[in-house]
Amino acid sequence: MDLIVQGVAGAIAKLAALDQDVIDAAIASLVVSGAATAIAVVTGVPLGALIGLTRFRGRRLLLSLVNTGMGLPPVVVGLFVVVFLWRSGGLGDLNWYCTRQGMVIAQYLLAAPSVVGLTAIALQSVDPLLRTQLLSLGASRWQAAWLLVRESRLLVLGAVIAGFGAVISEVGASQMVGCNVKGDTRILTTAITLETSKGEFGSAFALAFILLGLIFGLTAITTYAQQRPRPA
Amino acid sequence: MLEARELVAYRGDRPVAHAARIDLAAAEHLSLPGPNGAGKSSLVLGLATLVRTAGELRYRGARVDDAEAYRRRIAVVFQRPLLLDRSVRENAALGLALRGMARHDRDARAEQELARLGVGHLADRPALGLSGGEAQRVSIARALAIDPEILFLDEPFSALDAPTRETLIADLARLLRDRGVTTVMVTHDRDEALSLADRIGVVMNGELRQLDTAEAVFGMPADPEVAAFVGVENVIPARVERATDELTMLRIADQHVEITEPPPPGDDFPLLCVRPDDVVIAREAASTSARNSFNARIMRIEPIGRRTRLVLDCGFPLIAHVTRQSARDMALASGDQVVASFKATVPHLLPRIRH
Repeated sequence: MDLIVQGVAGAIAKLAALDQDVIDAAIASLVVSGAATAIAVVTGVPLGALIGLTRFRGRRLLLSLVNTGMGLPPVVVGLFVVVFLWRSGGLGDLNWYCTRQGMVIAQYLLAAPSVVGLTAIALQSVDPLLRTQLLSLGASRWQAAWLLVRESRLLVLGAVIAGFGAVISEVGASQMVGCNVKGDTRILTTAITLETSKGEFGSAFALAFILLGLIFGLTAITTYAQQRPRPA
Repeated sequence: MLEARELVAYRGDRPVAHAARIDLAAAEHLSLPGPNGAGKSSLVLGLATLVRTAGELRYRGARVDDAEAYRRRIAVVFQRPLLLDRSVRENAALGLALRGMARHDRDARAEQELARLGVGHLADRPALGLSGGEAQRVSIARALAIDPEILFLDEPFSALDAPTRETLIADLARLLRDRGVTTVMVTHDRDEALSLADRIGVVMNGELRQLDTAEAVFGMPADPEVAAFVGVENVIPARVERATDELTMLRIADQHVEITEPPPPGDDFPLLCVRPDDVVIAREAASTSARNSFNARIMRIEPIGRRTRLVLDCGFPLIAHVTRQSARDMALASGDQVVASFKATVPHLLPRIRH
């Protein structure tokens, strides 16, 4: 109990002092996870829409792979990304091992399946006749798909929240790919792991509070956007 | 304006509706009635190129190769309003937005159409909060806002309650007449089919069975199933005894029937079609011009709407409709003996086997 009290007190002191290490880790988390989620949305929503709205050979296999991807262990993803980014790996020339770019790749691979899979489910739940109605009004296939994505925006936004949630709280892949370099690739989760292993519970709690605050804040914003009444 | 030849509409890989020939003239109103599951919606979706089709579809003389361009000249209203989660105005303007019209212009056009459909005051409301009737009016306004050359209506009134349906049909009929929009309407309701139609095409079991004027379809149905659907309840197996230039003599059970229609070529066992409304009931035999009179026993009396349906035994079963007032005046009751008659000019003969 004393450890918790001391830890919380230490966390408050660090937060009040705007500790630079804590701020750096928070910014790195936002940048890496934000970029990974953004790329996952840009590529995953169209792919999810394709899977949800069309029928093609291999669609079920693709959906199975996507669903499997939602449960991928981060350390396995980290392992594969490290192998690819290793100097002798397929993407070794990029020199992205132990960089934020490498972490974005790893987090993208973790976020994308959630975005694709949940977007596909969202669009599958739209009344099929609505697409026919849109086509009958003169919509092109692209226009119809876009309108349907907008129409199921609440569920698609849920997919985005799920994707962001999968990566902001992830530690294994980021630690392996980013190498936890202080002031650069050290993010909140890897910093918490490190500080806890050192017994620096004050720092660990401070980082944990910020992580929880970030998750709550961003989720609250998206939830507000999801639930707000539509303007007339 | 629209021609279809041997048009087959598919759902997935399965052919579900076929029309050998449809010719739709400009400003014509065609109704496609048929029982539920007959394939009429699929046929309309095929005509609107919204499902895969085979066969030939021509619009203004040219083969429809660019479905998207063709669809920009038509509009479809479905049974459900299928509105988006936006304001009523935005929904009504959706087709115009898809065509790239500027917001100010499309909003003005949408408001105009909403006002014509009697829902102009709802323009700022969220569309998903409307009642069924209001939502369907918005759906129709959305379709009319794009000024379609052909309007396809797929059972647009069937989800509405009777009073709402009646007023909406009346309003739509007036709008379509005023604007001269070519219309194809699917319905399973015979009365609804008649209310908006110049011609009627009866769809049964995935086939357009008969396409003709209402008088022809109801007076001379093409086959027994069409006859049953259009309310010709008496479809009676008969045998041709003799045919002269003026009359065809038939035998039904132990009764003789005379009609003016010649027998179907090569078919000595046709089906005699008599509309229940054409059967006259009397308490006693009287001297009239009707050539067919039978002593009959009333087996059953059933009120149907504003009429009374009599199930008679004349040696063969015969259905007659009389007004409720007549049934009361004549004090008709089950088991009573009456005289049933119909004129020789009334019945229609169908071949027993479809050729």
